[in-house]
Amino acid sequence: MATPLKVNRIGLEPAAYKGGKTTLCAGCGHNAISERIVEAFYEMGVDPSRVVKLSGIGCSSKSPAYFLGSAHGFNAVHGRMPSVGTGAMLANRSLLAIGVSGDGDTGAIGIGQFVHLMRRNLPIIYVIEDNGCYGLTKGQFSPTADVGSRLKTGGVNELPPIDTCTLAIQLGATFVARSFSGDKKQLLSLLKAAIAHRGTVMLDVLSPCVTFNDHEGSTKSYAYVKEHDRVIEEVTFVPFFEDITIEHEPGTTQEVTLHDGSKLFLRKLGEEYDPTDKGGALQNLLDSERRGEISTGLLYIEPDRPDFIEQLNMVDEPLATLPLERVRPGREALAEIMDALL
Amino acid sequence: MSPTDLAVHDGQATSSRPRTVNDFSIQVATVNGSGSQTANLVLLRTLLLMGIPASGKNMFPSNIAGLPTWYTIRASRRGYIGRKKDVDFLVAMNPETAKEDVLTLEPGAAVVYDEPLKLNLLRSDLTFYPVPFDKLVAPVCPDAKLRRLVRNMIYDGILAKLLGIDRRLMEQALNKQLGKKAKAVALNAAALAAGWEYAEANLPKQDPFVFEAVPGAPQKILIDGNAAAAIGCMMAGVTVVAWYPITPSSSLCESLIGYMRKYRVDRATGKATFAIVQAEDEIASLGMVIGASWAGARAMTATSGPGISLMGEFTGLAYYAEVPAVIFDVQRVGPSTGLPTRTAQGDLLVTAFLSHGDTRHLLLIPASVDECYTMAMQAFDLAERFQTPVFVMMDLDLGMNNWECAPFAYPETAVDRGKRLDADTLKAIGEWGRYKDVDGDGIPWRTVPGDGMPPFFTRGSGHNPRAQYSERPDDYVQNVDRLRRKFETARGAMPAPEVDVAAGAAVGFIAYGTSHWAVAESRDQLREQEGLTTSYLRVRSYPFSGRIAEFIDAHERVYVVEQNRDAQLAQLLRLELTAAQIGKLRSVLHYSGLPIDARSVTADVLAQEGRK
Repeated sequence: MATPLKVNRIGLEPAAYKGGKTTLCAGCGHNAISERIVEAFYEMGVDPSRVVKLSGIGCSSKSPAYFLGSAHGFNAVHGRMPSVGTGAMLANRSLLAIGVSGDGDTGAIGIGQFVHLMRRNLPIIYVIEDNGCYGLTKGQFSPTADVGSRLKTGGVNELPPIDTCTLAIQLGATFVARSFSGDKKQLLSLLKAAIAHRGTVMLDVLSPCVTFNDHEGSTKSYAYVKEHDRVIEEVTFVPFFEDITIEHEPGTTQEVTLHDGSKLFLRKLGEEYDPTDKGGALQNLLDSERRGEISTGLLYIEPDRPDFIEQLNMVDEPLATLPLERVRPGREALAEIMDALL
Repeated sequence: MSPTDLAVHDGQATSSRPRTVNDFSIQVATVNGSGSQTANLVLLRTLLLMGIPASGKNMFPSNIAGLPTWYTIRASRRGYIGRKKDVDFLVAMNPETAKEDVLTLEPGAAVVYDEPLKLNLLRSDLTFYPVPFDKLVAPVCPDAKLRRLVRNMIYDGILAKLLGIDRRLMEQALNKQLGKKAKAVALNAAALAAGWEYAEANLPKQDPFVFEAVPGAPQKILIDGNAAAAIGCMMAGVTVVAWYPITPSSSLCESLIGYMRKYRVDRATGKATFAIVQAEDEIASLGMVIGASWAGARAMTATSGPGISLMGEFTGLAYYAEVPAVIFDVQRVGPSTGLPTRTAQGDLLVTAFLSHGDTRHLLLIPASVDECYTMAMQAFDLAERFQTPVFVMMDLDLGMNNWECAPFAYPETAVDRGKRLDADTLKAIGEWGRYKDVDGDGIPWRTVPGDGMPPFFTRGSGHNPRAQYSERPDDYVQNVDRLRRKFETARGAMPAPEVDVAAGAAVGFIAYGTSHWAVAESRDQLREQEGLTTSYLRVRSYPFSGRIAEFIDAHERVYVVEQNRDAQLAQLLRLELTAAQIGKLRSVLHYSGLPIDARSVTADVLAQEGRK
């Protein structure tokens, strides 16, 4: 008899979480992110048939085809994935939505839908695969390009960048993090915590474009990001279904309990950082920008704010499957309406 | 009518017109934001209570307060509820427009006016009734701030007395209009009484216009098309609504919110069986509708022309990826901002082909409030059956004006959720592919997230029958050819045209939407006054029925009546007609922003027929 295969808590093998073969460039940061997504959903034991994968247009937006092949996917129009994701979650609140966007798809054409998604606190994991350029159209600057960063073809960006994390925190997202495609451990912990969180997760992942933006003079190159990455805390995630206690010295670690009972242990590194303090989180982002550093880790979390579904006071069942008798008022209702109009 | 019906006048003015019962129009000229809507609706509702066919049309500016507004109530013995061009009875409340309003009246008309305006000096061929509104309102409304609003109810009282309206019926209409607001009812009832008593004491009847109750008339409801469509959406079982405010469509979603809160909240849990979201723009509205429909909900949005323009890209996605969507287009005058508070049928062409690439969309075109209700329900069935966007082409005249109508019938059939794959079907068809044409009708079988059926990847990029990314030329051609086939299948499922062929008629009319009312009346005018008998076909949907070509074949000349400059329906028809059929088409076009009227249609047809 063959050795039993490795399975997760719902009895699925890792292969059940894989997607199609990537068509992105070899070494693209986005592929590393897809791998972490596969691991996170496997380790969390999420049923892939409950998941919807959404994206806009661009290199990043191709990646939902490369993970969770047994989930439904929707590659929407450029910059408009948030609205499609919103509709899908309103139709069926039992789904788990993960949207993948890029820095152009989010920061330029999609900035309008992005900011309104953040305001609503819709339950969705919104990942920006951030490389500061438009890869699919051969390397033009995107709105997250830093001042002074240089294109492969020589142009220098002089406009201030949009900081998607600052925006997300200001606008009401309840889980905001920044990570790096090259930091496997941090990214995996954050993705697993994102799955456990209820509300909008905005995860900006620096993901170097090895073809158009990985040269000297670019602030989004692998080497530059690695050198300027300042990890604000060490993130350890313990899902609700695992009975693990993390021992820590008093005062060294902050514990955050998520809605489903999962726990985040945030071990302090150097200076004080409290990710439940909105003002502090925004100040940290301003300070790190001034220092030319990139703060990564869980920047801000508000685990208990009602999500959009709760605010809309919707029934517990998915709206999409309500039977006709619950969505078509009876004869007496129509008679009452007509009577009022006579 | 006999000459003895002529009104007898003593003194000042004369009316050259015969006694006119239940067949004239009243126009109230006022300033918007002055609260005249209550008074106008009470008057309109009173006529319906009397069993007199009537309609009300509001001509208002794109402004909150302070600009001129005209509200026209037309009573018609014969049930013509389209616009009538001439005003028979004017209520001049707006000093700014009063002079022009009076100067443009036909001789024999009557005018109630605010006394200080001294309008009686302008003409001698009208009947004038001066009313000191400010003096009358003060005693009935001690609160000076409310007087501006309450003085309107005084003209209702004046009109009731002058036109022979039963005062108790008007009070009944007032109660209906204001409902439970007891204080407002009392205040307005006092104003109504003050007007009545003033008229009784000071204004002897001198004009020929009177209302008489019609015994045994069927009970009618009074509703605007937007509210009617909202009721249809609710009865269709809509669950997700996303919208962005835009005149003249906003009140569709606002009415829907009101009805859903009342009738679609679970009694046991107090929770909503719906989600209504005011989105950040029309693009997001349609994106939410597409996301919700993709996940299996019945979803809709409502907008007007500028929103339609913005929805182009998403509409193409829904067409190509085959996602249902219901979109109400309450048309207004374009292009650009255009005349945002005026009516038009100007979005037909852009909507039929909305988005880049080869696209064709299903359109439903209601002409009445009843059709707003029934077509709203049909729209969801068609969108799910054909897995594609369906546009309901209303217009401002239909959507925002009040129309009388028989009470709506309860839907007797279940909803059509279309081809949704289940285990049995999967077994029967063997291998499933999202875009595979299993049944030869161009309509593939569909799965949605969470239904336990096979998943697929939805995309607006090229795809093969198994929903895989493909740039292969044969995959692309087969796919868009199948979409064309699906469109042809839809042709047979759309609401058929309404056809009235008159034996031996050489001339036919084709019209759609609100142009119907003017055409119906014009046909009577042509027959009765000119001896010209005509046939009529009312288009109710796109893709077109084959009956349209047959209708054109059966006539020598066919007048296509529409409310746009470019003869948009005629252009769309030409794509499907033979040269001989095209040669028979003539256009009657009306595009001033005001609803089309019968007299204009009649005059245009007579001119083109060489009769005048």
